[in-house]
Amino acid sequence: MSDLESFREETVAWLEANCPPEMREPFVDESDICWGGKNPTFKPGQKEWMDKMAAKGWTVPDWPKEYGGGGLSRAETKILLQEMGRLKIRSPLSSFGIWMLGPALLHFGTEEQKLHFLPPIARGEVRWCQGYSEPGSGSDLASLQTSAEDKGDHYLINGQKIWTSYADKADWIFCLTRTDKSTKHKGISFMLFDMTTKGVETKPIVLISGQSAFCETFFADVEVPKSYGDGVSSVVGEVNRGWDVAKYLLGHERSMISGDGSSGAASLGSKFADQYGRDEMGRLDDPMLRAQMADMDIDVLAFRAMAERFGDTFKANLCHPAQPNMMKYAGTEINKRRHELIMSAGGSEVLEWESEATNGGLTARSWLRTKANSIEGGTSEVMLNVVSKQILQLPSA
Amino acid sequence: MPLYLNDDQKMLQDSAADFMKGEGNVAHLREFRDKNCKDGFSHALWKQFAEMGFTGILVSEEEGGLGLGHIEAGVVLEEIGRNLTPSPFLTTAVAGVEALNAGGKALRDKYFPGILSGDSVLALAIDEGAKHRPDKITMAATREGNGFKLDGKKQFVVQGGSADTLVVAARTSGSAGEDKGLTLFAVDTSAAGLSRNSVRLVDSAMAAHVEFDGVVVDADAVIGEVDEGGAVLQRMLNAGRAGAAAETLGVGTGAMDITVEYIKGRKQFDTIIGTFQALQHRAAHLYSELEIARATVLKAQQMLDEGSSKAELMVSVAKAKTGKTTALSVKEGVQMHGGVGMTDEYDIGLYMKRDRALAEFMGDSNYHTNLVAEMHGY
Repeated sequence: MSDLESFREETVAWLEANCPPEMREPFVDESDICWGGKNPTFKPGQKEWMDKMAAKGWTVPDWPKEYGGGGLSRAETKILLQEMGRLKIRSPLSSFGIWMLGPALLHFGTEEQKLHFLPPIARGEVRWCQGYSEPGSGSDLASLQTSAEDKGDHYLINGQKIWTSYADKADWIFCLTRTDKSTKHKGISFMLFDMTTKGVETKPIVLISGQSAFCETFFADVEVPKSYGDGVSSVVGEVNRGWDVAKYLLGHERSMISGDGSSGAASLGSKFADQYGRDEMGRLDDPMLRAQMADMDIDVLAFRAMAERFGDTFKANLCHPAQPNMMKYAGTEINKRRHELIMSAGGSEVLEWESEATNGGLTARSWLRTKANSIEGGTSEVMLNVVSKQILQLPSA
Repeated sequence: MPLYLNDDQKMLQDSAADFMKGEGNVAHLREFRDKNCKDGFSHALWKQFAEMGFTGILVSEEEGGLGLGHIEAGVVLEEIGRNLTPSPFLTTAVAGVEALNAGGKALRDKYFPGILSGDSVLALAIDEGAKHRPDKITMAATREGNGFKLDGKKQFVVQGGSADTLVVAARTSGSAGEDKGLTLFAVDTSAAGLSRNSVRLVDSAMAAHVEFDGVVVDADAVIGEVDEGGAVLQRMLNAGRAGAAAETLGVGTGAMDITVEYIKGRKQFDTIIGTFQALQHRAAHLYSELEIARATVLKAQQMLDEGSSKAELMVSVAKAKTGKTTALSVKEGVQMHGGVGMTDEYDIGLYMKRDRALAEFMGDSNYHTNLVAEMHGY
């Protein structure tokens, strides 16, 4: 038996022996996501599962062991994720620390920064949020104005962020600030600070879904120390070179959001056929809906293959650096279409906004939530701009 | 297996690309079209295919081939599509060889040498109506003496007029719609009672209407087992459909490439039209769709090569997705070329024509979309 085959066997045995039964139940809504942090709200089984996985380093299986990871190879990580998917085991820990800050620190951080910040992320002890967009800086993110004034031993932060996901629940923020007003891209720094610092305020934004995953975040004379210890600067990368870090992370964010395009049931039609009834041939008995469902099945399966290929080529450094933009565009557009179809299939019943039968309007709220997919993390139009210029090499006006 | 070409496959891709670009390019297609060639392809080029080893990609090494898989066949087909190379590669070396691979050794020994040398052409006699409906095959094969007697009509037999052998699907028992009762035969086109009427298609390939009027074949012409041809047919269709998807992808990519080049050069209002966001966004959307289509093709081929039980589903996904995407590519291509896109002089129209023919080959997007719904149980 090859090493990988025995790794797979051992992994399956360990997962089956250790995963709490609640963590093998299907996802119902966002409360089933385990975010960890200093003020966590755990549902049954979540903490046990997070701690067990963290002890093996498997909340971040491909990070090096010294930073709290599992030290797994690409192939081993793929096997672990495959088997978790096959056994329908939930992810033990979700966080912007894992998806965004971690990759930034691994790429741009000093050894001291890595040792200081990464292990608490891996253990789910600190919950991070991302301070990027501002009211006047959306698609044109580099025009951001939140200022960080150099005050010797600290920076003085003033300004406002918007669309800060879960800022009201986060412990720390990685935040883009302006450290030089005389220039655009080369005057931005990537800063880390505590959300409990005096002068930080958050205000949740009520969305069309009725939910409030995003906040406005205000900074009034917030003092951020330049250092949290020997070699542990509060700035990642060089001062004024935060745009490099941000750009690197946008690639991660775009790939991550695109993942929605391949989530959910492989086949919508088989799910809805039972609900709708079938004709004597066993076919979903609304022929137009059946055709749309089948079209969607093709696109979902196609995008899954694309996601697999993207992941493989990305890891092997074979894909075009602008490819995450294409993935983000395609994945979010599919996800939006998918939810349109789910609403259409649900008919009048899924319109119920607060009933028990709809689990508080879950289908409708999810449908509305997806409309942000093609706006957040770079709009579809910006993605198409990037693809046409950087990949197709079409000229600028 | 990662979902990208390995180093050997990339080398094959490079040599196939050089070969098609040099020998089987669009100028070559125009030459054979304009001289109204009765075959619709060059036998000399077909011999060169054989010399390059391409015709033996799916033939085992013991039998003189390269013993490679569907990914490698697809690599060659994509370059065929990109260059609009006229050849019987898909019917003979991919679908035909795969049908024979499902049969007995005697038939392989009989037909493989000619395919490996580039002397033989195989064609597929499956369709009986305007649309691909293999589940509705009615052509009859009745037992006669030691063998069978074939009666019926087939159409859209691509390169049927140039073929020395036809792979024929017929009913030896049961009725249309039943899986059991189908049998596949290898029939020499010189057989008495077999007549062919070749017609030129929109993409200037030749296809035949074939009539079987009491054509008698020996029992050893049966590919696989009598009444059990459903499985042989399925294997042949899987190979042919995945192959057609790869060729379609090549057509779509080729059409996009020449269109993007065109809008980088064309000026109106004193401006390169490629700077217009209206065109840029459509081109970028097309690129995105083609990338996704490419992933479906590679995934389907990989699953076929691995012998996965779910390969058939992915093959249909690939045929449907490449069909839709390349249709978009050629339509956008003609539109973005503007008036010159309508002229015979520019190549983009040739891409539109090849796509149209490939779309009907072994089932169009609608057909495969319906199959996906059926395979998903609704």
